[in-house]
Amino acid sequence: MTTYILRRLLSSIPVLLGILFVTFALGRWIPGDPCRAILGEKATDAVCDEFIHRHGLDRPVHVQFGYYIREVAQGDFGRSFRFSKSVNELLVERLPITIELSFAALFVSIIVGIPLGVISAVRHNSWVDVLTMLWANIGVSMPVFWLGLMLAYIFALALKDTPFQLPPSGRLSPGIITVPFYEVWNLPLQRGTFFYGILDFVARMNILNSLLSLNFEVLRDAIRHLILPALALGTIPMALIARMTRSSMLEVLGQDYIRTARAKGLRQRVVVMKHAFRNALLPLVTVIGLSLGGLLGGAVLTETVFNLSGVGRILYDAITARDYGIVQAFTVVIAIFFVVLNLLVDISYAYLDPRIRLD
Amino acid sequence: MTQETSSVAVLDAEGISLKSVSLWNITLRRLRRRKSALIGLTILAILTFIALTAQWLAPYDPYTPLIGIEDVKAREAPCIHALGCPPSKPQHILGVDGNVRDQFSRLLYGARLSLMIGFSTVTFAIIIGTVLGALGGYLGGWIDNVIMRLMDVLLAFPSLLLAIAIVTVLGPGLINALLAIGIVSIPAYARVVRASVLSVREMDYVSASRALGGSMTQILFRRILPNALTPLIVQGTLGIATAILDAAALSFLGLGAQPPTPEWGSMLGAERNQVFTAPHLVFFPGIAIALTVLAFNLLGDGLRDALDPRLAHVS
Repeated sequence: MTTYILRRLLSSIPVLLGILFVTFALGRWIPGDPCRAILGEKATDAVCDEFIHRHGLDRPVHVQFGYYIREVAQGDFGRSFRFSKSVNELLVERLPITIELSFAALFVSIIVGIPLGVISAVRHNSWVDVLTMLWANIGVSMPVFWLGLMLAYIFALALKDTPFQLPPSGRLSPGIITVPFYEVWNLPLQRGTFFYGILDFVARMNILNSLLSLNFEVLRDAIRHLILPALALGTIPMALIARMTRSSMLEVLGQDYIRTARAKGLRQRVVVMKHAFRNALLPLVTVIGLSLGGLLGGAVLTETVFNLSGVGRILYDAITARDYGIVQAFTVVIAIFFVVLNLLVDISYAYLDPRIRLD
Repeated sequence: MTQETSSVAVLDAEGISLKSVSLWNITLRRLRRRKSALIGLTILAILTFIALTAQWLAPYDPYTPLIGIEDVKAREAPCIHALGCPPSKPQHILGVDGNVRDQFSRLLYGARLSLMIGFSTVTFAIIIGTVLGALGGYLGGWIDNVIMRLMDVLLAFPSLLLAIAIVTVLGPGLINALLAIGIVSIPAYARVVRASVLSVREMDYVSASRALGGSMTQILFRRILPNALTPLIVQGTLGIATAILDAAALSFLGLGAQPPTPEWGSMLGAERNQVFTAPHLVFFPGIAIALTVLAFNLLGDGLRDALDPRLAHVS
């Protein structure tokens, strides 16, 4: 297993370098003066000269690429002229919101998608199966942003003043204040330290923070705000997971050992859940891993629709303001995040299926 | 292999060939038995018809605001005479948009744009992907390595995100958005073609062709690539669905088609803040996108099953 992990780690190095190269090339592609494209039109000549020299933009291209790799490796993504903050600060502020949203969406898609897929496979060709697959087909065809707007319309306006009313934007209702869990716990922390940064990162995820600080009022409000965006973002992966579970279960249910299990007189539930489902899980790991990439892309749209100030929203703002620095930095970070996720998926796949390690 | 599978002879009891049935005949026959594929095909036929005849079907010009021409206000709700809307008011079956244009006419013209977007990006990606995949698979060695690593890198980005990054750099606009979507979808086709090339590269009929002195292009295009046609068609059909969705998303973000172009994504984006006051302006373009994407998805799934030789017994 260790050899497999090492080999897989090594093989992702060229991909990481490639990602850096692509984002570097994109940065050089920007029409016009790179300094003013990144620092804004109002940058003075002196500021630009200093900027160009510091980033090695007056050096040959391969040296520039070296500078770029060094900056990314040191986690130095520069500053944003629009937000007048370092990109790192922005990441620590915004990434937790996107992570919370993505995991909520993934959670929704798994708890709905897998049971739907299993039921549809067990009741193959029944009306449940037909309806589920119809829904799955429609689910992958709907634009995320449209679904988000429609959900907002239904739950915020059409169902207004009913128990099903849900907030269409933001993360918490006005008046609800969240206190970081480390302050509730009275931890002696120094601002600016690495440890503080990590705790702060965690505390920015409202649901996790309210659980850690046992503040159930905030928890309830945060969940109510997250339901619609998570549903909108989770629908496509939900449909994909339901389809994959169904086809994978159908394949496993046709195997000889399932017939043997049935012949032994085992109950249907035991056959389906214990014998079939565990073996049908494997391909699902890949689908779930791949869905995460889609979730990160979809987060840009969902956050724009629901006014969530996550990574996606900042990307949107940066695009409209032509803040290339931010777009470039966030693209690199998300792509690296995606590569690491894929690596984890591959490793868990090898863990679940020993045959893969030997390939 | 192409020669063997693309035409299957139907034999009578004595083994004498009666008539040959091409792969396309078999596919069509199998496709006809799949309800979902038929639904997809029907929707596509209707969409194509709308796209081709939009200028005659549309009651209004999609670009001209009706200010001063008709007595309508911006974002007026749908008015259908048959459903009780007073005949004194002009009929706008899907309502009027924020710039006082007939939403129904714009939606019809949008079909033209969406189909164009789907087909052009996928054609672009298939051409480049086929060349790259075929070269990599056929030549092997470092060329293959370089091409496939490049494809891995493109696949390492969430596709919409990479498209966003590319358009941000190239500048917003429909053509740049199409280019971006085309670029991010190249790897899928390159991989499909490469796999097909690898699977037949060492087959006897290819060696025979080489022994007969066939040139590389001849062997690639006449002997090897026809094998990749089936998976390419399936991938391409599903790819059109993704391309339309991604293009709509880019337009929604303001990076794709620019107003006043009647593109569904940008129509939706322009009116998204009006979802509570004029929901019809958000609802209908979304339905149009979803229907088109659904049609390509259904047809793609149907084609995959129909072209799968393992399901031969079904026909």
